[in-house]
Amino acid sequence: MAAEPEAKTEPIATRHAYGDALAELGENHDDVVALDADLAVSTQSIKFGKRFPERFFNVGAAEANMMSIASGLAASGKVPYCSTFAIFAAGRAYDQVRLGIAHNELKVRIGASHGGVSLGEDGASHQMIEDIALMRAMPRMTVVVPADYNQAYRATLSSYERDEPMYLRFGRPATPIVYDEIPETLDGGVDVLRSGKDITLIATGHMVWRAIEAAESLEQQDGVDAEVLNVSIIKPLHSETILESLSKTGLGITAEEHRVVGGLADAVRQLAAEQHPVPIFAVGMGDEFGISGTGEACMEHFGLTARGIADRAREALVLKPIVSRPPLFGPQWT
Amino acid sequence: MVVNWFLFDKLCGAAVHPQVPSPGDHTLASAMALPANLAAVTHLKPVPDPKPPPKLAERAETQPRVAELERWATVLRIDCVRMLAVAKSGHLDSSLSAADVVAALYYRVLRHDPEDPDWPSRDRFVLCKGHAAPIQYASLAQHGYFPLEDLTGLRRIGAHLQGHPDMRRTPGIEVSTGSLGQGLSMCIGICLALRLDGLDGTAQVFGLLSDGDCQEGQTWEAATSAVHYRVPNLTAIVDYNHLQTDGTTEEVMDIGDVRAKFEAFGWDSVEIDGHDMQQVVEALERSRTLRKPAAIIAQTKKGKGVSSMEDRFGFHGKPPSPEQAAEALEELMAKLDEQTAALLEAGPGRGVE
Ligand SMILES: Cc1ncc(C[n+]2csc(CCOP(=O)(O)OP(=O)(O)O)c2C)c(N)n1
Ligand SMILES: [Mg+2]
Repeated sequence: MAAEPEAKTEPIATRHAYGDALAELGENHDDVVALDADLAVSTQSIKFGKRFPERFFNVGAAEANMMSIASGLAASGKVPYCSTFAIFAAGRAYDQVRLGIAHNELKVRIGASHGGVSLGEDGASHQMIEDIALMRAMPRMTVVVPADYNQAYRATLSSYERDEPMYLRFGRPATPIVYDEIPETLDGGVDVLRSGKDITLIATGHMVWRAIEAAESLEQQDGVDAEVLNVSIIKPLHSETILESLSKTGLGITAEEHRVVGGLADAVRQLAAEQHPVPIFAVGMGDEFGISGTGEACMEHFGLTARGIADRAREALVLKPIVSRPPLFGPQWT
Repeated sequence: MVVNWFLFDKLCGAAVHPQVPSPGDHTLASAMALPANLAAVTHLKPVPDPKPPPKLAERAETQPRVAELERWATVLRIDCVRMLAVAKSGHLDSSLSAADVVAALYYRVLRHDPEDPDWPSRDRFVLCKGHAAPIQYASLAQHGYFPLEDLTGLRRIGAHLQGHPDMRRTPGIEVSTGSLGQGLSMCIGICLALRLDGLDGTAQVFGLLSDGDCQEGQTWEAATSAVHYRVPNLTAIVDYNHLQTDGTTEEVMDIGDVRAKFEAFGWDSVEIDGHDMQQVVEALERSRTLRKPAAIIAQTKKGKGVSSMEDRFGFHGKPPSPEQAAEALEELMAKLDEQTAALLEAGPGRGVE
């Protein structure tokens, strides 16, 4: 057994957690194998590759090949972790993932790094903003988007404990720590990070720490008491925590580094529409592609900031007395 | 005047592509000590432009010589170092590796008109290895597609020079690239459209691929279809520098004898030294006379022109530090001075060598 991992306190990228935890998995489980497509340093699978060269397959720039090789490995009893940028994992190799992995219900983990626009300078060709939508729509695929290093570490470790196909999204830039410790589990994948009564901020990935900042700003500047949820498992969505919060506040804002179509926004809206209709406003990417700039400049450009969340919350709060209605049949999930 | 395109092709093909080269024609080829498959290449005149726009009519006489092209390659390399030093992001060694091929294309081989970027029968250049965008941006700026100052905006928010070529933002970009493996198929699409428009006899399409492109399966789907559709006006150049993100291609995923692979797919396929301007120009100009898909495997060195980077692993996607940039610029500027002095000394002689 490897030594217990240390929780991080300083900003660090979630992809590093993936790399560190993957190496630990390799230490503990002989059946874990890793694949990469010429981006092993970027995705951090290099750590596994250095420790276990005989169980590491860098297939070069050939993502489709990588996914189908992983299908073969998994069908033969190995547990493959496939790493590349989100754009190529979900985009280039969609069909290979779909039939070879999801349809076959194989225990393959896709470690997709550089999700969203915060990868920055490489620009639109590399900024994946539809992967959550694609992977949510894919039958049998679980979609995990951790909020910080510590949670990403747990997400990677516990991915081994489950059997379903899994897509894990990580980010390029160093981001602040949200969880003080490495959490014991992801639980259902929805954590209440801050409780409040006026509005629910529901965030995922890089937007979680920003949502916490937004909540603080709302409290200080507007006296608004916002609740903050971190959704780390977008599919299957653990509805109870979300519905409980929405029934308390009557108003939700989702925040994701992703298109508002098909992502967290739609997942929450579907849930609310069916079980507890309250207004849900979305912060995310509109009908547009990314752009080159530093990661942070890109986030600002698209309003994916604490300010962006807080402003959307302020707009929503103005509308709240007009659009909020008590649910017709009361909470249905109990 | 009505040009008989078919006849024109026939005549050109016959005139510039003799089946059996006469012994006297071998001097250049043997002097360059080419690999076997290039031994039969004679020194060819560029194909005359049957339908030049006014500006380009004069170009035939002002074809830059090899020495001038080499100097332009240095100019482009300097631009790349400067751009990357400012942007602090991007792929410098990938751009330097392609500098000679790109200089030969933009300054001599490509028939294009910066004042009329949409001229229908222009040659097309597609940077399939889109991450080397700086080298194309430098060429476009030097030709006046946009102001040279724009180069300092590389990868900056709000500027038009994206991390990878973007046809919707930057003048002179034929099609957006950046995802390895897609470029050659895009080239074939352009070839097919040119055919439908009756322009495949004049406009040549040049695609510049990397090792990574050759690892993607799609490239070989494209290679198959180019031959199937008999596209007559396609040249694929592979910038075979044997280095990729995670190591040498031999370590990561050996692509082996790429020349033989293209040949097996039915292409005309030659291998050259991608930093020998004479060979580069000759292979490019020859390719447009063949009337069939032509592959040029350019053996290159990543980071070529900057000794500290040349052919060394560890620089991919890493911008130069200020010190590295200064050092690189010093080396390249010295080279440029040397090349300029030599050209001045040689006098104003111009025309095809
Ligand atoms: C489909 C796809 N996969 C991965 C990448 C990420 N990537 C960018 S450049 C590169 C490889 C660089 O090596 P090579 O292709 O040999 O190009 P060079 O810079 O050496 O010319 C990779 C894997 C990409 N751009 N597209
Ligand atoms: Mg290479």
